[in-house]
Amino acid sequence: MRRGHRQIRPSNTRRTLIRLFGYFKFNKGLFFGGIFFVIIGTMAQIAANGMLSPVIDTLIGDYDQLQFIKYIAVMGLFVMLISVGQYIGYKLMSQLAQRTVHRIREDMFSHVEKLPISYFDTHSHGDLMSTFTNDVDLLTQSLEQSASQIIVSIVSVIGTFGMMLYLSWILTLVVISMLIIMLGVVRYIGKKSATNFRDQQAKLADMNSYVEEMMSGQKVVKVFNYEDRAIHSFNGRNEALRIASTGAATYGVMLMPIMGNLSYVLYALISMLGAFLVMINRMSVGNIASFLQYTRTISRPITQVSNQLNMLFAALAGAERIFDVLDEEVETDQGDVQLMEDCEGRGNICWRIPKENGKYEKVPLRGFITFENVNFGYIPGQKVLKNINLYAKPGQKIAFVGSTGAGKTTITNLINRFYEIDEGKILYDGIDIRRIKKHHLRSTMSIVLQDVRLFEGTIADNIRYGRLSATDEEVKEAAKLANAHYFIKNLPKGYDTMLTVDGQNLSQGERQLLSIARAAVANPTILILDEATSSVDTRTEKLIAEGMDKLMEGRTTFVIAHRLSTVRDADAIMVLEQGEIIERGDHDYLMEQKGRYYALNTGAIELE
Amino acid sequence: MRTLIPYMKKYRIFAILSPVLMILEVMADIIIPYLMSRIVDIGIVNRDIEYIVRIGLIMVGAALFGMLFGIISAHCGARAGFGFASEIRQKLFKKVQDFSFANLDKFTVSSLITRLTNDCDTIGRVTMMSLRMAIRAPFMALFALIMALRINASLAKVFMVAIPVTVIAITIVLIKARPLFLELQTRIDRVNAIIQENLMGIRVVKSFNRQKHEEDKFKNRNDSLRDTALQAISLIIFLMPVLNLIVYSTIMAVLWFGGQQVVVGTMGGGELISFITYITQVLMALMMISFFFMQLLRGSASVNRVVEVLNTESEIKEIDNPVREIRDGSISFNDVCFRYPGSDERTLKDIDLHIETGEVIGIIGSTGSSKSTLVQLIPRLYDATEGTVTVSGIDVKKYDIKALRNQVAFVLQKNTLFSGTIRSNMKWGNEDATDEEIIKALKQAQAWEFVSKYDDGLDHRVEQGGDNFSGGQKQRLTIARALLKSPKIMILDDSTSAVDMATDAKIQQVFKEELGHITTIIIAQRIASIQYADRIIVMHEGRIESMGDHETLKNTSPIYREIYESQQKGVVA
Repeated sequence: MRRGHRQIRPSNTRRTLIRLFGYFKFNKGLFFGGIFFVIIGTMAQIAANGMLSPVIDTLIGDYDQLQFIKYIAVMGLFVMLISVGQYIGYKLMSQLAQRTVHRIREDMFSHVEKLPISYFDTHSHGDLMSTFTNDVDLLTQSLEQSASQIIVSIVSVIGTFGMMLYLSWILTLVVISMLIIMLGVVRYIGKKSATNFRDQQAKLADMNSYVEEMMSGQKVVKVFNYEDRAIHSFNGRNEALRIASTGAATYGVMLMPIMGNLSYVLYALISMLGAFLVMINRMSVGNIASFLQYTRTISRPITQVSNQLNMLFAALAGAERIFDVLDEEVETDQGDVQLMEDCEGRGNICWRIPKENGKYEKVPLRGFITFENVNFGYIPGQKVLKNINLYAKPGQKIAFVGSTGAGKTTITNLINRFYEIDEGKILYDGIDIRRIKKHHLRSTMSIVLQDVRLFEGTIADNIRYGRLSATDEEVKEAAKLANAHYFIKNLPKGYDTMLTVDGQNLSQGERQLLSIARAAVANPTILILDEATSSVDTRTEKLIAEGMDKLMEGRTTFVIAHRLSTVRDADAIMVLEQGEIIERGDHDYLMEQKGRYYALNTGAIELE
Repeated sequence: MRTLIPYMKKYRIFAILSPVLMILEVMADIIIPYLMSRIVDIGIVNRDIEYIVRIGLIMVGAALFGMLFGIISAHCGARAGFGFASEIRQKLFKKVQDFSFANLDKFTVSSLITRLTNDCDTIGRVTMMSLRMAIRAPFMALFALIMALRINASLAKVFMVAIPVTVIAITIVLIKARPLFLELQTRIDRVNAIIQENLMGIRVVKSFNRQKHEEDKFKNRNDSLRDTALQAISLIIFLMPVLNLIVYSTIMAVLWFGGQQVVVGTMGGGELISFITYITQVLMALMMISFFFMQLLRGSASVNRVVEVLNTESEIKEIDNPVREIRDGSISFNDVCFRYPGSDERTLKDIDLHIETGEVIGIIGSTGSSKSTLVQLIPRLYDATEGTVTVSGIDVKKYDIKALRNQVAFVLQKNTLFSGTIRSNMKWGNEDATDEEIIKALKQAQAWEFVSKYDDGLDHRVEQGGDNFSGGQKQRLTIARALLKSPKIMILDDSTSAVDMATDAKIQQVFKEELGHITTIIIAQRIASIQYADRIIVMHEGRIESMGDHETLKNTSPIYREIYESQQKGVVA
């Protein structure tokens, strides 16, 4: 798992930029329109400042009322253009930014939904979540502000230079030399600031992980009177972070007064030199007025862009992470076997197997599962399951027992093709599951996981998750079957009770019952139960066990057992050890064997 | 905000210096255009080169001083802002250390983490900005206005129109923007919530083929996020062109009215130019103020969250002159009732119980029967609502909390280890513990058997939360850690559930024989974990249903019998 520092610079800026531009093509009008109007606005601003020169010269020299009015009117026109250009330009650009981010978010979500389970098992949720939130956020901000600002900056730098050259090349030379100094300062401080920024990020990460650990273990802290020691080590980290943040922020903020005042130095030099030029008649007072306005405006884009450079790079690094997620390969599905209704299988459903001659064969859905010499490993070369052979006849209950890491959970990951097996075959009603369309395969199975996940919404919504078309009556029936009806009925709003995110407002046992109801409403042919290990009280446990028993009736069931009491009535118990089935048979048979299962049952060895 | 001000104390010099220096910088910035007008109106008109150079150098000097003040002010601002944030963070952390369990239950872990990290960070940043901008902008506006008035009071009338118009425009935008930005935040939260939910529940989504369903849900929320964002941003975007329009209209008005005066000769050309510069400065300052308010809006949410924690009083209060010595390990509950804060229902009802020093007590009962609540009253993790709990004959509320908790070791149900080594974790129990003492405790908790197998022994790494140990191993380590406190009372709250039965039995034996002087209370789901206890208490719906040893209870307590029989299934007699 990748954790800790996140890069603040993209590793391939060009490629990321090109990819990002690719998103603009959906909104070409906005993109070009936005740029066009922003340029208009900026140019109008330059022109308006330029108008100061003739206006003031008219006033100082030989006053011509008509001329003066004409100049003011032209200036007024430019002013209108500034507002209109900026308004439309910014509006279009921000629409572009929002739509782009909206699209990226949507692409990302639907892509993530399609990723194989292995992706989620090998990447931390925290990182993925951070890409979804922080990275997307940073990108939004950058697109919104930086994109138009960079255009404004480029246009105004070019335009202003043009105007300056037109007014006086000598003064322009002064400006250029000052700008070179400014750029040097920006570079130097930028480098310092980047180093400090990295330092701050590292200290921040250190602080965050300490806080996370201490907050999660806060109750233990109290029980052990550890408060003072915790405060002590916290203070050390806090102080380190304070120093690092102060350093980073100082360099970050310092640029503003430096650049601002350097531009005032420039302003002073121009005033002085301008005055000489006026005296030797190389320039007019009006020219100085315009030129001074320009010296104020030309340093602004440099400060702004340099201010945003760090953010911009961070945003691009974020965009790169987003694209990395988008580049992850999605689950593939070459299956051609589908389900079809109205035939003699379970629930009048059967498999439709296409034949080469264009016709198809019908095989009734029954729920017969066979493993033939199945080998599997999450990482190539490291086998988790070795040579597994087993079968489950329709309606049978097969239980898996064994210590953690023996491969129990892995078996269930294979039946519904969360993972693909390396060698061997898994047959479903005689059909290789790789031939079955995943969507159809999974629609015949339900999994009840020990780690219950619920969704924001009402209780009814959550049960209906098993089958979206289920009626209220069917939802209630399923809840009754799962023994969940009783507790739901006693909630103030019954089935309409809203669950918060992940149903945190329910107890562990209640969550378990709901997940059974959810599986029940789906009416699966095959059921995979990953039994709960959490300490649910005996009564609720009984309710859960009863609910599960009812759910299992008439379905092929695979149980991953964490408690031995539930496997006694299984048709076959598979004892797994390091990926191999070392014992198999029913309870009585295995007890007679006095092997591993017997040892587990008599409490001689730990199950977990 | 007022609650937080004291935390600035340590850094108040910087908090004062930063704006003061900022004002000096502003003054330098303000004087420059005025000096320029002198160059134009006196220097050029009189063709006085020496005057031009002198004034020019003063301008350069002013700019350099401005820069110096600006840099120091920036540094002071950063020190004050992040110093402030660090003080608040420290206080927050300390506050949480003082929290009772009830307080901790109210704030969730993740919300406390956000408050300590992101919120403190935002406060630091906003404070720094505020110290600089909140001072810079108004002074800039004020000084520029004064200069403009000095240059030409009659022309300064244009401000009487320009300033109110600007203020009104900014106010309208801000008032309209506020609710939109709050709305935007909830929309963002809703989008994030569904992502979080899907990442955690991906197996459910996939196994029920609900990808499309989730995508549709997401699309809805994503669309409404975009719509709100566009609404909010349109407002902000509006501000920029409007302000530009005001600035340039004002400049034109000044040119128009001022132009007449220049022609007549009552105003210099340089004065007109500097006047225009001042206009720009005044209006830009107003814009900065509006930007500042926007920042404040962001910061206020963080401040509220932080203040909420700081203002929370610990539910557990210590009395003056507390008792510091605990003589023995006897415990009494006298007519104890307990209600969780904010709940109407009594979780514990009429508990009367006396436990002798050195007794081993088992507690069993279904979830919700309040077994954990009962024992949590002993080290004052919660306080009894009615009645008294006494340890060695003295009300627990009369003890010094530290002293009490030192003598009552509590192995929590949801227990964790901390990143470090086995030794560093054991030292939680006793900072000065020697390796011999640690090994002894590990042996007593039946943990030495696996710890001794590590090549690095006590230096074996423990990952965050102790995730590199199995459930049973973790439980044994936490018991050892508690034993190192050498307590008079030991409470094990469902702490051997993942330990195999044989080891479990050994641990019980140790408590009964080796540690006979310690009063031990064991809460368990498994009867096997407590069947050798001196007395077993059966809890049911907040009451003691019955009490006695294993054999007696099998015959007298229907609840005990039911649990016993359900657990006998599958066990070979």
